[in-house]
Amino acid sequence: MRHRQTIAVLALVGWFVALYLGLHALGIGGELKCGTGGCDTVQTSRWAVLFGIPVAFYGVAGYTAILAVTLVGLQPAWLSRRGPSLLVAALGTGGALFSGWLTYLELFVIHAICRWCVASAVIIAAIWIVSLLGLRRRGDVGRGDVGPLPHIPTSPRI
Amino acid sequence: MNRFYMMLGVLTLALGAMLVYLLRSNPSAPRAATQAPATVVDDGFRGNTLGSDSARVEIVEYVDFECPICASFAVVQMPTIKEQLIATGRVRWRFRDFPLSIHKYSRYAAHAAQCAGEQGKFLEMQDQLFYNHGWALTGKNPTGLFRDLAKAAGADVARYDACMASGRFASRIEFSVQEGLQRNVNGTPTFFVNGTELRSSRLPTSDDFKRLVDSLPARRK
Repeated sequence: MRHRQTIAVLALVGWFVALYLGLHALGIGGELKCGTGGCDTVQTSRWAVLFGIPVAFYGVAGYTAILAVTLVGLQPAWLSRRGPSLLVAALGTGGALFSGWLTYLELFVIHAICRWCVASAVIIAAIWIVSLLGLRRRGDVGRGDVGPLPHIPTSPRI
Repeated sequence: MNRFYMMLGVLTLALGAMLVYLLRSNPSAPRAATQAPATVVDDGFRGNTLGSDSARVEIVEYVDFECPICASFAVVQMPTIKEQLIATGRVRWRFRDFPLSIHKYSRYAAHAAQCAGEQGKFLEMQDQLFYNHGWALTGKNPTGLFRDLAKAAGADVARYDACMASGRFASRIEFSVQEGLQRNVNGTPTFFVNGTELRSSRLPTSDDFKRLVDSLPARRK
């Protein structure tokens, strides 16, 4: 449960970071607060838009999905099931790979670093790691697939 | 569990408030002065000059105000060049804008210099921008700072503000960029000496320019 709660918090923070970048991409809010000055360079580069959609909105969608799955996974009926953990781990892996690719572009192609993008990369990496730890956790593995533990009758006291 | 959802709610409110603060607290620099215009018009302007019109040598420098090497050149080499070559009437120096797209406020700075130049304070504003080059390192919106620099340069601030808001010289700056691109300028500072690009593996010094100018009368008339 702790893993899922941690992921929910991280996803919520990541969602706001991605939303801030997304709103800026739509021209809302003026200049980005960015100490390095690289945010606008990154945000105005050709890599800032993918298939006609600002990259930040892929982040908003990704964090929304992770947050939704995690919140469902925290419901009592789903707590002991492995499905949400697997799904979050899959989403986290995809997000971390995508974020890694964007960070590579910043460092080696665009030659500018956007602190907000770095923050998002750190958050998704943390989600990925926590989701893997959640999968490895003994209590989470297998229990949901085999159903509730069998009832073992105890001998009546004499 | 309830405590967790309560904490999540509080966190959502806090992050939402922070988002609103971020979106509201940072007014943008006027877009008209920070972006290239859709159409470029040649107003006949070919750069601000320093030195005698009758000088035999003209050096054109393509400048990016956010470029640290340009700033270093302006602060370290230019005073000697002014003293040895420009003040003596041997060289006329022409400044052309070449704001690089990788720099956030370079075009904005070029526009600030042009707005000061409209009031006859281009060179003073240029010095202000280069001698106080910390603005280029912070990444912060320099609107207020540039206004202060314009004032320090001796410009009328109200006229300067109106000029910046209108983006009056955006087309002029972009024309200079296009001109530079046609001359294969791909970085700053780039120098042309009597129309020929000065190619060097390192940033030329005042001594390099002096040697070059000394050698020119023998080659050119």
